[in-house]
Amino acid sequence: MSFISIDSITKSYSGHTALKDLSFEIPKGSIYGLLGPNGAGKTTLIRIINQIIEADSGSITIDGQKLNQNHIKIIGYLPEERGLYKKMKVSEQLIFMAELRGMKRREAIASIKDWTARLEIDDWLKAKVQDLSKGMAQKIQFIATVLNYPKVIILDEPFSGFDPVNANLIKDEILRLRDNGSTILFSTHRMESVEELCDELTLIHRSTGLVSGTKKQIKRKYSDNTFAVTYKGHLNDLNGYEVIDNSTDEDGLNHSVIKLPDNDTNQLLSKLINQVEVYSFTERIPSINDIFISLTTDDHE
Amino acid sequence: MNKVFLITKREFLTRVRKRTFLIATILTPLLFPAIIGGIIYLMVQEENNQEARTIEVFDPGNILPLEDNDRFRFVNVSGDSTARITAFLEGDHYGHLEINQDKGKQYRVFTKSSFSLNENNRLENIIEGAIRQQNLDSLQISNEVLAAIRPQIDLNTFNIKDQKQSNSGIAFAIGYGTGFLIYMFLFVYGAQVMQGVIEEKTNKIVEIIIATVKPFQLMLGKVLGIASVGLLQLTIWIVLIAVFSFTIFSLFGVDVDQANSMSQAANQMSNVEVGAAQEFANSFYSIPFTSIILTFLFYFLGGYLLYGALFAAVGSAVDSPSDAQQFMFPITIPLIASIIGLTAVLQNPDGNLAFWLSIIPLTSPITMMGRIGFGMPPLWELLLSMTLLVAGFVGAIWLAGRIYRIGILMHGTKVNYKVLVRWLMMKN
Repeated sequence: MSFISIDSITKSYSGHTALKDLSFEIPKGSIYGLLGPNGAGKTTLIRIINQIIEADSGSITIDGQKLNQNHIKIIGYLPEERGLYKKMKVSEQLIFMAELRGMKRREAIASIKDWTARLEIDDWLKAKVQDLSKGMAQKIQFIATVLNYPKVIILDEPFSGFDPVNANLIKDEILRLRDNGSTILFSTHRMESVEELCDELTLIHRSTGLVSGTKKQIKRKYSDNTFAVTYKGHLNDLNGYEVIDNSTDEDGLNHSVIKLPDNDTNQLLSKLINQVEVYSFTERIPSINDIFISLTTDDHE
Repeated sequence: MNKVFLITKREFLTRVRKRTFLIATILTPLLFPAIIGGIIYLMVQEENNQEARTIEVFDPGNILPLEDNDRFRFVNVSGDSTARITAFLEGDHYGHLEINQDKGKQYRVFTKSSFSLNENNRLENIIEGAIRQQNLDSLQISNEVLAAIRPQIDLNTFNIKDQKQSNSGIAFAIGYGTGFLIYMFLFVYGAQVMQGVIEEKTNKIVEIIIATVKPFQLMLGKVLGIASVGLLQLTIWIVLIAVFSFTIFSLFGVDVDQANSMSQAANQMSNVEVGAAQEFANSFYSIPFTSIILTFLFYFLGGYLLYGALFAAVGSAVDSPSDAQQFMFPITIPLIASIIGLTAVLQNPDGNLAFWLSIIPLTSPITMMGRIGFGMPPLWELLLSMTLLVAGFVGAIWLAGRIYRIGILMHGTKVNYKVLVRWLMMKN
């Protein structure tokens, strides 16, 4: 069931097209990855969803309703370029942000207490922002984004500036938010976090959506029917199959990467069994990173 | 609207809570008079402490007897020109005055250092006085006769419309004072708006905020927040100054009731002799303070909203205050023009220049205050000026908002006027 649907969004700035006919659907309660190299148009799309800018054409619906002013308070947005008022106290700052989102002061304070305790930063509530370390400030910004448990959370490179320990802390909170019912749009160019967190994703490159779907679907789509075989013995007659790579390790085991013309793995296996002693036979599934790199670096056009 | 209020509140509170606000608010009304008073005091002291300077007088014909006073002492010298000058250069006398009978260069004074304009005038006065006395003597006119001839009148101005005695000196002071205050405030608070916008932009906080409020609301909130800081500061100053002036007047022994009854007496055009201080107090208490303060607040607020919005637009377009210079120019030009024009306006508060400058919204805040010191201009002019100012700031805020909404999201772009115009036209 799709919660947010992006329908042929196009946006151009004077002479330069930032987004071209982009469409995809974000299921309710999922973590959806928006991938793409720098300058692909991710931030433009996010700004359109946040109604900071307007699309030239196309439409966006959230929960069946066309994007409108009422959606502002149900969206929590953590921009990539983010900051805080340096001279303000952490607590005042968070209350200010909460009130801007339409929270009552009292519920804001309760939520701030809860969140700062979770992210282990409650000792710093009375401190001024300028006295915080970068990581601490990032935590405060994260809290400011989610403290009203918005239905839609948009995170643009949420892990930049975090050490691995704190990145895990944030990752757990993102998962918890999803389990609480939030739909999360997660924009990044770092693939490792996508593999871990996202349920579905869209890859944007040069203003257009290249591919959308679940991780599995995408990997299936870009797997090229290659198989890694480990075996003992000598392999010679494999006509019809392309052997891409051959190597032998110190135990005397041979490793070959074989490309199939079709999907008939059994036929290949039976051929192999006749010739060598097979130790392992696995399909080579590309990582999202591999797909990302191959799609964005190859200049097919 | 609620969001604008939240932003205004934040701007107001963070600024008012700063220690610098408190210090500036309390010290400024003390500091300015203290600095001006201090300078005047030092000048007077210097004058008073100066010893009389010795001037050598070469007056071979003995035509002009010069009398010593507390500034100058005169000693007679003689001899030929070279010897006299050599002696003067070697001695420690201040000046050397030659009185020649040759026509054309009758009086010449030689000095070793430069003679100030004041000294020159003083010496001139002494010489002129001596000549006048000689002339009076030769014409046989006594000083009593002279005093009887010389008329001495005191022209009192009455503004018939306001039924009050006015004093053009005070009117000038009020006009210039309030006009200059507005000029200063527009710069000070305008710069604060600009800095605030640049800070938000470089801080990168702006994108978080505009995800929840419209850029226009953010800009308006900031401008209004700083406006309320300014109003608070002004109110405190007005109260402080009122308290001071009451204290000073009571120290000089002029109490309000007395002054009021005096000005009533003056209204009835009675020929009561009033002392200079009383007269001043009369004019002072006849100044329509309430309407001056109200119009001041209106023009301050209107002018500030207009310029504040423009400053906000500039702030949004640049990445650092130093980049702002190029766009400051067109904003500061009308401000500087109005402060220069103010002097002319004060000379002729009902003239053409005064009229036009006080109608155009960019210059009216400063100019109109200059005129108001001389009494309220015709109501239609005031209303026209106020309406145009309101239209002006609404327009400026709209214009600034269009630049602002694009500008705050642009980082590292080279911005020039062409780009600004493009932003202005750009759809959302």
